[in-house]
Amino acid sequence: MKIHEYQAKQILARYGVQVPRGEVADTPAKAAEVAERIGPRVVLKAQIHAGGRGKGGGIKLAQTPAEAEKIARTMIGMTLVTHQTGPEGKTVKRLLVEEAVQIQRELYLGVVIDRAREAAVIMASTEGGVEIEKVAAEKPDLIFKEYVHPGTGLLGFQARKLAFQLGLKGETFKQGTKFIANLYKAFSGSDASLAEINPLLITGQGNVLALDAKMNFDDNALPRHPEIVEMRDLDEESPLEVEASKYNLNYIKLDGNVGCMVNGAGLAMATMDIIKYSGGMPANFLDVGGGVSEEAVTNAFKILVSDKDVRAALINIFGGIVRCDMIAGGVVKAARELGTQIPIVIRLEGTNVEMGKQILRESGLAFYTADGMKEAAEKVVGLVR
Amino acid sequence: MSILIDQQTRVVVQGITGGEGTFHAQRMIEYGTKVVAGMTPGKGGTTHLGVPVHNTVADAVRLEGANAAAIFVPPFAAADAIMEAADAGVGVIVCITEGIPTFDMIKVKTFLQGKPVSLIGPNTPGIISPGKCKIGIMPGHIHKAGTVGIISRSGTLTYEAVQQVSQLGFGQSTAVGIGGDPIVGLKYIELLKLFNQDNGTDAVIMIGEIGGTAEEEAAAYIKKEFRKPVVGFIAGQTAPPGRRMGHAGAIIAGGKGTAKEKMEALEAAGVHVAVSPADIGIKVRDALK
Repeated sequence: MKIHEYQAKQILARYGVQVPRGEVADTPAKAAEVAERIGPRVVLKAQIHAGGRGKGGGIKLAQTPAEAEKIARTMIGMTLVTHQTGPEGKTVKRLLVEEAVQIQRELYLGVVIDRAREAAVIMASTEGGVEIEKVAAEKPDLIFKEYVHPGTGLLGFQARKLAFQLGLKGETFKQGTKFIANLYKAFSGSDASLAEINPLLITGQGNVLALDAKMNFDDNALPRHPEIVEMRDLDEESPLEVEASKYNLNYIKLDGNVGCMVNGAGLAMATMDIIKYSGGMPANFLDVGGGVSEEAVTNAFKILVSDKDVRAALINIFGGIVRCDMIAGGVVKAARELGTQIPIVIRLEGTNVEMGKQILRESGLAFYTADGMKEAAEKVVGLVR
Repeated sequence: MSILIDQQTRVVVQGITGGEGTFHAQRMIEYGTKVVAGMTPGKGGTTHLGVPVHNTVADAVRLEGANAAAIFVPPFAAADAIMEAADAGVGVIVCITEGIPTFDMIKVKTFLQGKPVSLIGPNTPGIISPGKCKIGIMPGHIHKAGTVGIISRSGTLTYEAVQQVSQLGFGQSTAVGIGGDPIVGLKYIELLKLFNQDNGTDAVIMIGEIGGTAEEEAAAYIKKEFRKPVVGFIAGQTAPPGRRMGHAGAIIAGGKGTAKEKMEALEAAGVHVAVSPADIGIKVRDALK
C-alpha cells in the first residue's frame, strides 16, 4: 500500500525522525493560515502518489502568506503530469505546506527489504535528490549499505558507519546517526516495504531533516496496522481496482482490449502473456484466487465486463479439484444478470469439465469454449480482430 | 525416484481441525499420503479424520514419528507454526498459508539457519511425488509418476505445466511449488541440486515470474554445474512495472525483476525457454529427444 508524503512524515515524526514543520491544506485559505503560523516563507507541495512532482510544477516556493494563498489557488485542483503519473496525470486535492529551509547538502537514505539477502537493508548515498536507481546504475560506489540482522535490529556501529560514509561531522553526525536509527525503527515498526528519504537534507544550520519522504507497506501486515490502513486514499486508485478490492480480487487495469479472468496469479500473468503472444493486448490482470468460488467468479465477471475497453474476454480456469459445472453455472448466472453482449471464450479444466462445457453451450449466450490455453487465446484474439 | 518426500514420509497436519486443514488433509489421505497426526493447540487427545490430534508438533514427532509437516494456519500464526515444526525436528515443512508478513518470514529464515530443515513455501500449493506422497492442495489426479522434476513459484500455472507434460506421456518425479512470496524457504538452487543428484529425474521444468532475482541466481547455478536439460517459463512478460501481480513477490521494482531479464539469463545458461505458456510440454519433449 502507498501513502502520501504528508502521511509518511506523520509516521516518521512519531518515531522521532526529524521532518520540517508543516501542515496539510486543502483550501487556499488554509494554506495562507499555515504559512502565517510557520512561515512567512513556505514551500507548497502537491500531494499525489507519484514522484517527479518538482519538474511537473507540483512544488512551489511562496515568500509570504498572501503569495502562498495565490499559488495554492492554482495548485489545488490542477492536473499534475509527471513521469510516474502517465500522460493523463493526477488531480491535486491537497498540498503540504512546509517551512522553507536553507539547503547545505542533499543526501539519500532509504530502507528496503533485500529479497536475495532476506534482510532489511539501509542504503545511504551522497548523491541526494536524484533517483537512486540512476545512482546505482552510474555511480554504484557512491551507495553505502548496511544489512540489519532481525535478531539485533540495526546496531549503533552500523548507523555510525553510514553517517561517516555520508561525511557527517560534529553535531550533524550525532543527529545523523539518530536519524538513521529512528528511520529503521519506523520501517520495521510499521512493517514497511520501503522508507525513502530523498533528499535527506543538511540545513544551513547543520541540522538533519527529511525534506521528502516516501513509504510503502507490506500488504500482508496491514491487518496489524489499522492506523496505516486508514491512510489509504481511494482517489489515487482506479475505480475498478477499488471495486475489485472490496471482493478480495486482484485486479489491475491495463491498456489492451482483451479482458481476462483467471484463477491464480501465475496463470493469470501467463494468460496475459499468451494473449499478447497470439497477437492481442490484455485489458487487465484479474486473479479470482486459486481456490475459486462461485461468488468470486460472479463478482469478477462483473468487474471484467464493466471495463468499457474490453471487446472480448477470456476466462481461463484451471480448477483442479474445483468443479467446472459450478464455475460454468456462476459465469452463466452473472452473464444473464448483466445482459452482456461481449463475446467470451472459456477454457475450463478440472472435475466435471464436460458438464461445465454443456452448461455453457446450452445457455444460449455468446460463449465459445476452448481446449487448452493456446486455442483459447487464439479464439479470443480472433474475436477482437 | 523423487526428492524430499516419498512413501516413507509421515506427515503431521498443523491446523488439521480448521476448514482448510480438514478439506485438504482428507484429500491428502485419499491420495495415499501417510498423515500420521494432526496438531491443534488445545485439541490434543482427540481424533480428527481418523488421525490422532496433538497439542504440540513435538508430541506428533515423539508419539507418531512425524517427519514432515503441512501447515494450514492463519497468516499471523503461520511463522510461529513453521518455527515450532523446525524446533520439533521435522525435516520437511510445507507452509501453504498465504499472507504472512515479510518481517515474520525474515525472522523464520533466521531461526531456521543451521537447522536440518527444508521449508517449502509459504504461499505454495505444496509438493508432490506422484503415486507416493502429496503434501499440499494440488489436484492429485492430474499428476503421473515419471522423470520430470518441476520447480515453480506459482500454483495453477504449475498444474497447467503438469497437465501438459502428463498429456504428452511424461510423468513427474517431484513437483515443488516454492511459493509466491518475496521471502520463501527453499529456492530454485537448493531444489536443482537435489534434482541433479536424483537418478529418477531426467529433466527439470522451472517456472518463474517477475520480481526478485531468484531466477537469475538459478541460471548462474545451472550454467555452472547442472547436468540435465531444463525448460523454463517466466510469467509476467506483459506485466506493468511497479504493480504487484497477485503474488506478494511478483513486482517489477525500480526497473528490476522483469521477465525479459530473467528469460535472457536462463537462455544464456542453456535453458530451453518457452515464450508461450502453451509450449512448456512440447519443450520438455524436445529437450528429452
